[in-house]
Amino acid sequence: MSIVETRVLLRHATDPKLATIDGYRSYGGYSTLEKAYGEMEPDTIVNELEESGLRGRGGAGFSMGKKVSFLPHGNQTKYLCCNADESEPGAFKDRELMQRNPHQLIEGIVIASYAAGISHAFIFIRGEYDVQADILDRAVAEAYEAGYLGRNILGSGHNLELVVHRGAGAYICGEETALLDALEGKRGNPRLKPPFPAVQGLYGGPTLINNVETLSNVSHIVANGADWFKSFGTEQSPGTKVVSISGGVRRPGNYEVELGVSLRDLIYGLAGGPLEGREVKAFYPGGSSSPVLTPAEMDLPYSFEAMAEAGSMLGSGSIIVADDSVSIPHMALRTARFYHHESCGKCTPCREGTNWTVKMLERVVRGEATPMDLDIITSVQGNIIGHCLCVLGDSMAMPVSAMVNKFRDEFEEVIARAAINGLPTTEGLESNGDGFEPGPDGVGLEVLQRERLMGRPVPESAQAAEELPRG
Amino acid sequence: MDDFTPIEDFVSPGLPVDPANTTGREALGDPQGVPELSDVDCPDALRETIEASMARYPDHKSASIPALWAVQRTYGWCTPEGIRQAAAVMQVTPAYLESVASFYDLFRLQPSGESQVLVCTNISCWMRGGDELLDAFCAATGADRGEAGHGGALSADGSVMVSGFECLGACDLAPMASVNERYFGPLEPADAKTAIEQLRGGEEVLPDKALTARRLPGGDEESSDERVTSTKGPNR
Repeated sequence: MSIVETRVLLRHATDPKLATIDGYRSYGGYSTLEKAYGEMEPDTIVNELEESGLRGRGGAGFSMGKKVSFLPHGNQTKYLCCNADESEPGAFKDRELMQRNPHQLIEGIVIASYAAGISHAFIFIRGEYDVQADILDRAVAEAYEAGYLGRNILGSGHNLELVVHRGAGAYICGEETALLDALEGKRGNPRLKPPFPAVQGLYGGPTLINNVETLSNVSHIVANGADWFKSFGTEQSPGTKVVSISGGVRRPGNYEVELGVSLRDLIYGLAGGPLEGREVKAFYPGGSSSPVLTPAEMDLPYSFEAMAEAGSMLGSGSIIVADDSVSIPHMALRTARFYHHESCGKCTPCREGTNWTVKMLERVVRGEATPMDLDIITSVQGNIIGHCLCVLGDSMAMPVSAMVNKFRDEFEEVIARAAINGLPTTEGLESNGDGFEPGPDGVGLEVLQRERLMGRPVPESAQAAEELPRG
Repeated sequence: MDDFTPIEDFVSPGLPVDPANTTGREALGDPQGVPELSDVDCPDALRETIEASMARYPDHKSASIPALWAVQRTYGWCTPEGIRQAAAVMQVTPAYLESVASFYDLFRLQPSGESQVLVCTNISCWMRGGDELLDAFCAATGADRGEAGHGGALSADGSVMVSGFECLGACDLAPMASVNERYFGPLEPADAKTAIEQLRGGEEVLPDKALTARRLPGGDEESSDERVTSTKGPNR
């Protein structure tokens, strides 16, 4: 095993003292903030961030420096929201970063706010992360006491208020405009874009929204320069990335690596590969909303560009490994159910599309579908992608259509097997929305016809059934 | 129209229906009017917590989620009385706060016991046995498994709520559960019984399986990469 982690953000993270301001400062913490206020112009910092090529770590991978530069200059009140509503299935890196090193995030927020002339900042943390929110609350109080937050920070004339805002359990609030609505005290529904938050965001003011990991990188870039940052990773994906690996692997968890290491190194080298006696069957490379990849793509480098080229995405950097014990149609159903549950219902393609996709996939696993239904599932996904207010609908449509396309044989087999067995399965019935009852046990004519439709061998007992008098 | 069917009968058999979605909760007083603080019996501690939250935001309406958290922490769930009290403090309508409360999964609109167990059944936990873990928690508490998978069910004695839940952001602990807002995992089905007994006995729950006791999976060794060791700034 040659692969090692490259811990920058997670450096010293095994030391529990790092979560306190004294511990953080003993490792050089807040020296960059002091340097920034003491000797750097805001524009220099923005340039450095833009130059570094740091791409957003929350999913979209947009240049962080560009985002900052989109904010208008001038004296209006500007806001910063740190997106800590990490709710994508498979993602748990922000939890680790906030729990082990909260001041690294706060230092990044203060420096970014200074650079962009922001006076109000918020950390929107998901309500389930109670422990981490408590840690942030303590860290913010320490930073206020040390004069790194509040009025006239280090005598610079810059004021910054930082509030830790706990959400209350809604995946959609990770979407930046839904997050803004939630922060304004409303139901977390996404807004129509444009206007983009950089122009009109929180309370109608220009707003910078960045992920925890993105902001945690800021102080390192400002301290060591863009060239240092670019020495890690690939040309289009510079830097290190905390990768969450879970599912059917021996050592699930967060690993920080340079972008561009191979997926094999991540899944087999660091996470230990599949469990005893199992093989990798498929994996989501970037959280549950990324189209699944297969072992054939295991040697690709883990970077934004390589994942995009493979028809998937790096997203938030969360790998979920499905081994050969996992039924892909059932995994597709789990995925679709999640998005159905979390759809806010504001726009039709997502509200209806997720609902019908779940119903159709339930029919597949119950054996009530035909291969034609798989085509309908695919076409429904095509009608969701790009047609919603936000990307939640796409987030279901992309992985589901990838699963149907790449594992169509398995979907057909599940349909066939369930049909041969006379619809014995009650699986999927728990949220059966159409009131359909499973058929009686045994093999009927209808089953036989379905089998013929699929061109699969008909079991002997079913052939006997064919000879029954009709009508 | 003799054969008129009341609307409830159109609800499909077997489809779990949250009555709050179809009929709403019974309103206490006028849901559309802003209640006066003098008309509600708001405990001082609750009022002060909500007022402190309101002061932290440029717009006091931003405090609606913190206010509902305060109501839930005071009464154990978002009671209609509690929501009315919060509405009076914030000077918004109870209907507004109800609409916010019903949007978010962590706000409980029904009595939900003294303890809450949320069991993740999303992809990674499902692969590692999340459904079986939910079964085990239901068996250990006597909570209804069908209900538990659809918004939560109370234990036989009403003291513990067990609920299947979407991804809690701890796939590395899969299968995992959140017991009173603390994460535990990876759990065996047998751990459910132990956890419930410890919870009922007032003991610390599964100390070895707590997230906070977990180390980084890659070990404690720091990077020897010169680009890392020669850095300035934080984590130097």
